[in-house]
Amino acid sequence: MALSVEHATKKFGDFTAVDNLSLSVEEGQMHGFLGANGAGKTTTFRMILGLLDPTQGQVTWNGRPITYESSPFIGYLPEERGLYPKMKVEDQLIYLAQLRKMSKEDAKKETAAWLERFEVPHYADKKVEELSKGNQQKIQLIASLVHKPSLIILDEPFSGLDPVNVGMLKSAIMDVQQQGATIVFSSHRMDHVEELCDDMSILDHGKVVVGGSIREVKRNFGKQNVRIKMDRDLTSLSQLPGVEKYTGTIDGAVLQITDESTADLILTESMKLGQLRHFSIEEPSLEEIFIAKVGKAYA
Amino acid sequence: MHSFWIIFKQAFMTKARTKSFIITTVIVAAAFFLLANLPNIIESFSNDEDGQVLHVIDESGDLVPQLQRQLEQSDSDIQAMPTQMSEDELVQGITEGTIESYLVIEEGQTLSARYVSETANEIGAGFDVENAVQAIQTARTAERLGLSGAEAGELFMPAEFEREAVSDSSKTEEELSQARGLVYVLILLIYVAVIYYPNMIAMEVANEKSSRVMEILISSVSPVKHMFAKIAGIGTLGIVQMMIFGIAGYFAFKTSGSDMAEGFFSVMGFSEIKVSTFLFAVLFFLLGYFLYAVLAALLGSLVSRTEDVQQLMLPMMFLIIISSFIAFSGIGMPEASYVTISSYIPFFAPLVMFLRVGMLDIPLWEPLLSIAIMLLTIGVLGWFGARVYRGGVLMYGSSQSLKDIGKAISLGNKK
Repeated sequence: MALSVEHATKKFGDFTAVDNLSLSVEEGQMHGFLGANGAGKTTTFRMILGLLDPTQGQVTWNGRPITYESSPFIGYLPEERGLYPKMKVEDQLIYLAQLRKMSKEDAKKETAAWLERFEVPHYADKKVEELSKGNQQKIQLIASLVHKPSLIILDEPFSGLDPVNVGMLKSAIMDVQQQGATIVFSSHRMDHVEELCDDMSILDHGKVVVGGSIREVKRNFGKQNVRIKMDRDLTSLSQLPGVEKYTGTIDGAVLQITDESTADLILTESMKLGQLRHFSIEEPSLEEIFIAKVGKAYA
Repeated sequence: MHSFWIIFKQAFMTKARTKSFIITTVIVAAAFFLLANLPNIIESFSNDEDGQVLHVIDESGDLVPQLQRQLEQSDSDIQAMPTQMSEDELVQGITEGTIESYLVIEEGQTLSARYVSETANEIGAGFDVENAVQAIQTARTAERLGLSGAEAGELFMPAEFEREAVSDSSKTEEELSQARGLVYVLILLIYVAVIYYPNMIAMEVANEKSSRVMEILISSVSPVKHMFAKIAGIGTLGIVQMMIFGIAGYFAFKTSGSDMAEGFFSVMGFSEIKVSTFLFAVLFFLLGYFLYAVLAALLGSLVSRTEDVQQLMLPMMFLIIISSFIAFSGIGMPEASYVTISSYIPFFAPLVMFLRVGMLDIPLWEPLLSIAIMLLTIGVLGWFGARVYRGGVLMYGSSQSLKDIGKAISLGNKK
């Protein structure tokens, strides 16, 4: 067990931010963290990093508590971006890497390589405040990866980026994982979690309401979706037995079912209505699971 | 230790490279040179004015030569000249700038004179003339009373007057006046330094917090190490800056070669520099700096925006200002009991105890006790500050008051 959070509870006065949270991430795995604002994600991350001490329970990395001794192995991208606005990009990255005990020469080399990879080598001599938000984000990510950490905590790494940059950052994160790093990240975007993560947790009011591998989570949810595309009024289908929820779409409808045999019924019934263009049985999206478990839409 | 030096270096270098720091240093150093050479500069401007002509309306007619003699005796370059013009004409001359000044002098029981010039600001000229008139008056009175020149001289012989003090800790009057200037300058330096550099720290900390880089920093390095490395870095910067000022000031006055510089050195007591005074100055500067820097870092860690720093720093500023009041008023009466008492109060001690050490011959244990009290306070404040800092840097919110200290401590608390 590489990263292990055992029964961690954090109270601020009477308010319980994180309640008896347990979590384990295998070495080299990517773990996705979902939760509405105020669900306790950042507090959990801060406990993992040792910035806050849990009121109860403990956090260990390879069996040992995380202290400032472990600082060289940890990379952190905070939710609120933080860089020195008036410092040059290169100086800044080298400084932050040095604080994580990387040698100046290595830091310089790595910084150059990362800037190259993100296609912004010409920003090395620019001040951070001169950069666009998206580019600052790249610098921020480099700052959390440059010292080659083995445990990486990324709080909302993709928020506020255009799709091209999201792709670029995503592939960088995947590469780092491939090289053996353990990654925990939170995201506002369910699809990012679905795409990148092996395991996930949904947090609500400081508690893990759903957790485990994404495949299992979906299977255990016990519901599936039937997507139909045809140019007819499909509302009659909602009356069929076994259909739990009917949602009309522009070119058809999505029906939620619990039993796969209901899908056969829907198929025969819908074919009676006319020309069927598309029929598929889909796994539930994390979005649906989230809404079902937390009881409200995600952020 | 490695990361300590990295933060130390970073704190020092980024500040040392800022334009404001370089400009401040250069301007202050330049000001020293300007000040030292001020007499030369003034002289070079006023050269064309030598042989200023003083028009004298003198009814009797025999006063002008006497006046001229007196002026010459007192090394004045004013030329006294009898004039036939009326006062109205003379006033008009002054307004037009063709005449600089005139004197109306009348003989009676005593001499009465009226000096008229364009503005009353000019101190030098009127003073010389007044002295000259006074001298004539004295000579005339002596003559009337039938005194010889020697007798008149005896009449105005000053008494020998010396001050001596019985108290052991008191210095002789001569020593005091020498010490006073030096102590005054050094207190001023310490005062400026304990305001300027701790403010810099508070701004730095608040800056790192508001730009949110703090969270990355303290996830890399412990907040306590970060805080002390920063304090040490800025402190070193302060020492370097003060040294530059000191060296610049020294050379400025040494090289200017003007009379004033020499006078300045002797008045300030620099000609007989007491090494111990300087050593104590450095020591109290460092102690004062650390004391206030820890406090400033603590306060800086509580705010979320740099705009709020000044507001929270206000109580600390009051402490410094009060201690400066005590110290500056104490220059005149260093043995007053309120000075003695406050020299043991940690936040006043850097200025006030230095004043006592500089002005009085107090036994060594007194400053040592005060230093020990300050060291203890710095220790306690450092421990306390580190705890507040640890939680404070994670705190973001709208309310910024000293009440947040409690919140910060509980946030940074172990359990």
